[in-house]
Amino acid sequence: MPEAAEVQITSELKELAQDMVRRALSGGASEAECVVREGDEFSTLVRLGQVETLKEAGSRAIGVRVFFGNRSASTHSSDFSEEGLKRMLDSALELARITSEDPCAGLPQASELGSISGDLDLYSPDVYSLSGTERINYARRAEKAALDCDPRIKNSEGGSFDAATGHRILANSHGFLGEYRRSYCSVAAVPIAQDERGAMQRDYWFSVARTLGRLDSPETVGTIAARRAVRRLGARKVKTAHVPVIFDPLVSTSILEHVLEGVNGDSVYRGASFLAGKLGQQVAASQVTIIDDGTMPGGFGTSPFDGEGVPTRRTTVIENGVLSSYLLNSYTARKLGLRTTGNASRGLAGTPGIGPGNYFLQPGARRPEQLIADTKEGLYVTEFLGMGVNLVTGDYSRGASGLWISGGQLSYPVEEITVAGNLKQMFLNISEIANDLEFRGAVAAPTIRIDGLLVAGE
Amino acid sequence: MTISHERFFFQHYGLQDGDLERYLGAALSAGGEYADLYFEYLSSTALTVDESLVKSASQGISVGCGIRVISGERTGYAYTDDLAPNRILHAARTAALIASGPARTPRAGFERNPARSLYPVTLPSVDAEITAKVELIMRADRAARAYDASIKEVRANYADELRNILVAASDGTFAEDSQPLARLNVSCIARNQTNSARGSAGGGGRVALDFFFGQKTPEYFAREAARQAVLQLDARDAPAGEMEVVLGPGWPGVLLHEAVGHGLEADFNRKQTSAFAGLIGKKVASEKCTVVDNGTMPWRRGSLNVDDEGHSTQETVLIEKGVLKGYLSDKLSARLMKIADTGNGRRESYEHIPMPRMTNTYMLAGEEDPEDIIRSVKRGIYAVNFGGGQVDITNGKFVFSASEAYLIENGHVTAPIRGATLIGNGPDALTRVSMVGNDLRLDEGIGTCGKDGQAVPVGVGMPTTKLDRLTVGGTARRDTGAFMQ
Repeated sequence: MPEAAEVQITSELKELAQDMVRRALSGGASEAECVVREGDEFSTLVRLGQVETLKEAGSRAIGVRVFFGNRSASTHSSDFSEEGLKRMLDSALELARITSEDPCAGLPQASELGSISGDLDLYSPDVYSLSGTERINYARRAEKAALDCDPRIKNSEGGSFDAATGHRILANSHGFLGEYRRSYCSVAAVPIAQDERGAMQRDYWFSVARTLGRLDSPETVGTIAARRAVRRLGARKVKTAHVPVIFDPLVSTSILEHVLEGVNGDSVYRGASFLAGKLGQQVAASQVTIIDDGTMPGGFGTSPFDGEGVPTRRTTVIENGVLSSYLLNSYTARKLGLRTTGNASRGLAGTPGIGPGNYFLQPGARRPEQLIADTKEGLYVTEFLGMGVNLVTGDYSRGASGLWISGGQLSYPVEEITVAGNLKQMFLNISEIANDLEFRGAVAAPTIRIDGLLVAGE
Repeated sequence: MTISHERFFFQHYGLQDGDLERYLGAALSAGGEYADLYFEYLSSTALTVDESLVKSASQGISVGCGIRVISGERTGYAYTDDLAPNRILHAARTAALIASGPARTPRAGFERNPARSLYPVTLPSVDAEITAKVELIMRADRAARAYDASIKEVRANYADELRNILVAASDGTFAEDSQPLARLNVSCIARNQTNSARGSAGGGGRVALDFFFGQKTPEYFAREAARQAVLQLDARDAPAGEMEVVLGPGWPGVLLHEAVGHGLEADFNRKQTSAFAGLIGKKVASEKCTVVDNGTMPWRRGSLNVDDEGHSTQETVLIEKGVLKGYLSDKLSARLMKIADTGNGRRESYEHIPMPRMTNTYMLAGEEDPEDIIRSVKRGIYAVNFGGGQVDITNGKFVFSASEAYLIENGHVTAPIRGATLIGNGPDALTRVSMVGNDLRLDEGIGTCGKDGQAVPVGVGMPTTKLDRLTVGGTARRDTGAFMQ
């Protein structure tokens, strides 16, 4: 889109958001908030060298939240006609009558609102600069690199290239008005390896960035994907045993997400978290420091303000194993008698939830290979299957596959096993953190080793 | 405001048959063998009670049209959330670019699919009085708290939607449907001096609001959620390792969904990426197992009058007495694999490309008395409720996580155990089925299935079933832990 047209549309949407807030107030609301979202997406999938799907579209939506004192309701619509907007607003004003007085409900204080300044490096129009043919070629090259990497790669679910841009505007009745644009592109490959007996294994790899310039080459992505698939061939079960378990960065990230859910203010005030009431206590091993930072330039979790218009910030969640902060929006902060940490996440519907900025586990000093070399007998997990996690009790039991470690070496692939423990104990039992921190999304963690887990198999 | 759902897009957007032909013509302007239009108007409501307060109420409307063009094995897709003719034409021309050839003309005229009525609600829940919905969740809150003094936190949600769709295709397909969906959910936390535990229950279907005032009341779901939470307060650690597993009737049918259902979706088999590829006519289960997918069950969450490609849904036999019979297909896979279209082409919304998906998937009842099945187990687990599951369709490995399970010791159900994950291999898990009960039951209507980032409502079901060997992923070792106590 030409820059002048972009500026024009932005100012129209800002005006619209402010207008909806004004109309809500004249309809009797004591406070109001409006969010406008628009975005474009493009995706292509190439399979066995042939284009399989091409998808391209743009869409937008608008949502309002109104308050009558301590009662609130929200509505949203993809219909921007005057009739559609009026209906959305009227429904919200009507709906607020049936909700309860909730003393903690409301917008953040006016003094809490704001937007961090400066270029956060979130938007690069170059994600759309490729021609149709070049986009297809990105996908094709990633798949080809995987297919060419090893003769045992015999099939493929394809190579893909995706790009998207998003634009968000937020206005509220305290006079807040903010907006930001973000862009995204990714290249991925999903090859299938087959052994001489016909057994198949699938794996994947991907690169994701806010600008084409920072995307890994499709060849790198395809080659890594192929190696990951091939090394799973011939996987077997193992005997049930207590062994040290090393988690590769993709799976350790998912373990880190349980701390994120555990410090979510919504779970904390309900007592629905294994971390509720533990501020100031040792909840993890002393080398564990977890940071949430919504301000990192170019980050996947970066934005100038959160879903309620509060500036994002850097929060230390766990410092040297001690729980130092929950992650809060204004509602959960009031429930807990604390201050918002600028972690409100606002979809179109309902009350704001809580989401991370860039949330990560601080890396350690040694390479992942050194962690493996130090392990006599153990499991290296590369993939989880299923969701067997209970955040209330901390009970943890997930399907897993990976490689067996013997004598400090990755020796053979394993599958159809589970890894089980309790989250409360697991974080205390993190015995080492490697140095390979890399962001592939808003949440990131390096390779970690946890002792004392039960691996169930035969 | 109540709006008419008959001929929805014609009445509310002034659409005419001629417009549909014009849009399809634009979609085929660069060649392509097939094109279709999917119009969708979705209205939804969601309400939440938490801490006995109605904390959240929201309503929303989402409108759009998705246009698909197929050329050989290639699919072009574009959508618009603005139903103005110039926007639809623009999207149609974008999707058309997947093909490169002379323009084709869609078939003149449409064949209207005979109307079917699996969910004939007179007043869709989404249009019903909101205060009645508030009453439902307030009643759920009270019932859960009254169940036991240990129930400390209760959250109840009510969500409903009405999806009006119109599908028109260049092969003359034409279908309209108005699809209601409602669901009531209760989750609670029980707490005593030493432990906390959670429980949840819910249900619904393609039903009207009165369903929750008659057949399945808020009290029914609330007591069930509270019962599970209280039970879990005293649960023991789950055992670990291979053992006999008895699955209770109903929701444990998620085993079938994960272990065989996904692996039988035709797209994976067309691409030969499923562990089930090439196994039609082969034995993949014990002869006690007959598994079907049935989109035609009245009022069910997974049912549809027509799928999202305008094709009537049906009952499809997947496994008959242990032998693999067929796949679940959509138009594209049916054409490319030269098999029948089973009416399983589904999509999350107008923003998504349809693909083969399950509807209601279940195992037919056997002859055993469920009591006898339990009595036959010396040492194992009895799993009656599940959180969810996942499968890797390529190597066939699947997991599902029990949220309510018990030990079986010497033919008796004994202590409740904490959530355990069960893991197995799709193509051989059902070969280990040794007993099938006479008590087929379907789930309460809460299932949502995800595939390629698209979520669709589904149902599952099964009778009490015994598997001779499955790996249980608990934390208690067989030789040292609670299992032998």
